[in-house]
Amino acid sequence: MKKYTYTESKDTRSGFGAGLLEAGRQNDNVVALCADLIGSLKMNDFIKEFPERFFQIGIAEANMMGIAAGLTIGGKIPFTGTFANFSTGRVYDQIRQSIAYSDKNVKICASHAGLTLGEDGATHQILEDIGLMKMLPGMTVINPCDFNQTKAATLALVNHEGPAYLRFGRPVVPNFTPADQTFEIGKAVMLNEGTDVTIIATGHLVWEAIQAGEELETLGINAEIINIHTIKPLDEEAVLNSVTKTGCVVTAEEHNRLGGLGDSIAQLLATKRPTPQEFVAVNDSFGESGKPAQLMEKYGLNAASIVAAARKVITRK
Amino acid sequence: MSADINKLEQIASQVRRDIVRMVHACQSGHPGGSLGCTDYFVALYFYAMKHDPSFNMDGVGEDLFFLSNGHISPVFYSTLAHAGYFPASELSTFRKMDSRLQGHPTTHEGLPGIRIASGSLGQGLSVAIGAAQAKKLNKDSSLVYVLMGDGELQEGQVWEAAMYAPHNKMDNIIAAIDYNGAQIDGSTEDVLSLGNLRAKWEAFGWDVLDVEQGNDMTSVIRGLDEAKSRSGKGKPVMILLHTKMGNGVDFMMGSHKWHGIAPNDEQLASALAQNAETLGDY
Repeated sequence: MKKYTYTESKDTRSGFGAGLLEAGRQNDNVVALCADLIGSLKMNDFIKEFPERFFQIGIAEANMMGIAAGLTIGGKIPFTGTFANFSTGRVYDQIRQSIAYSDKNVKICASHAGLTLGEDGATHQILEDIGLMKMLPGMTVINPCDFNQTKAATLALVNHEGPAYLRFGRPVVPNFTPADQTFEIGKAVMLNEGTDVTIIATGHLVWEAIQAGEELETLGINAEIINIHTIKPLDEEAVLNSVTKTGCVVTAEEHNRLGGLGDSIAQLLATKRPTPQEFVAVNDSFGESGKPAQLMEKYGLNAASIVAAARKVITRK
Repeated sequence: MSADINKLEQIASQVRRDIVRMVHACQSGHPGGSLGCTDYFVALYFYAMKHDPSFNMDGVGEDLFFLSNGHISPVFYSTLAHAGYFPASELSTFRKMDSRLQGHPTTHEGLPGIRIASGSLGQGLSVAIGAAQAKKLNKDSSLVYVLMGDGELQEGQVWEAAMYAPHNKMDNIIAAIDYNGAQIDGSTEDVLSLGNLRAKWEAFGWDVLDVEQGNDMTSVIRGLDEAKSRSGKGKPVMILLHTKMGNGVDFMMGSHKWHGIAPNDEQLASALAQNAETLGDY
């Protein structure tokens, strides 16, 4: 098992903030919008350096999506910022008509996704956003795993023409991917080559997958671990190549098992290469208040759950 | 700029013919609001707006127009065609398979002149604000026009946008409301009263003017001149455009019943007899 180390833990939303600042420096057309959550989205540095390119919308997310769509007419590259719940479900029709169907180059950047938002509870812990967004034709859906990768993804979106959804979160997690990485939209990242089982994870579950791989190694199981940061378009070749070798797969995500990464993988495999699959995901329920780590354990979204799922799926080969 | 009222009225007559013919041909679409807004569209595209029918999406240096109440697409399509955005012959494809003239306007099929999809109501004012913000960033002094229906004001997003534009001194926006008092289920008064629209928009910080005769070309021109003279002065401008749904076709006029139904052959003949063919039927 390849060893992964890190020197500090950081939040992915700060990766977005750092990426946005750098994006603003690289391209004069980058503009940012926020619906009264500047601090939560870590947009302060961008606003300080580019005050004229920032739009405070107030608590009016529908208006924010429309204004973002309009800003593209005139060549701007808008990045909207609010919580994932208010970035998707609350404004689905605005995104559908004014952004996706209208082919607008808007980057919808969403923090506090999933259970790890913690104490605020289910009203804010959206677990359906990946599904909502991947169903929109032409929408790119990205869920990076740590600070460095979120920063790199934010920068990659500047030069990517078309609507995109960038999902990140609130808690600090190990920052283990390289600071100088090149982020290729739609390209899976091979974290560990193995032969017995494929573990495909996205977002905060990627680090858990690495820990699960280490645990499985002590049990004599050689896991292949893939980081799928881009859920749409899916890197089908990487997935098919891996399961051809291992013959079974576990998907892991901080999302409802309906509509998420696991669904996308299952649909691919059902049509191209039927393969036993186990899902580490929230089992069609809402979340609740609690500490992030407590919630991830209660809802079965951690390394231990991935290990159990891997042991189970191997028996189904 | 002085307006040739006679010429504008001739164009409007042809646009009204196009509207009823398009809706009749596919037996679907929305003639009522289209006819009511014909004079405004013609005044915009053939008098008020600085625009280029060779069409560039970004429209830098041009005035832009957004249609928020997308269901009145027939008047939009006919106006764009006669303004030179695409051949008028394409109007015959309206609402049919493989057409660029979808039931509601869309950029998806690449129809020149359309900059945003609309149809799901309440979104156009926000988009216009964004485009107006881009113009300010680009130091582009041209204007952004947007038209909404009055029933559409029942959508909450409109009021989010209504609050935003004055706060941010979006004085390069000229919005208009098709104030015909009618929506699908009846009069706006019966369905959900709009109250005092002038007082509401003024309370939000808009500079509001009424065009009492929204189906009289001279009045519409005068109203647009006045609206333009009020732009650039720190406030967004709102035109309350008093129109008659179905204007120009006697049996459709003033009734919400013609919001979204098509005339039969006999009704078409009657409608065409009331509106002279001036530019040639498509």
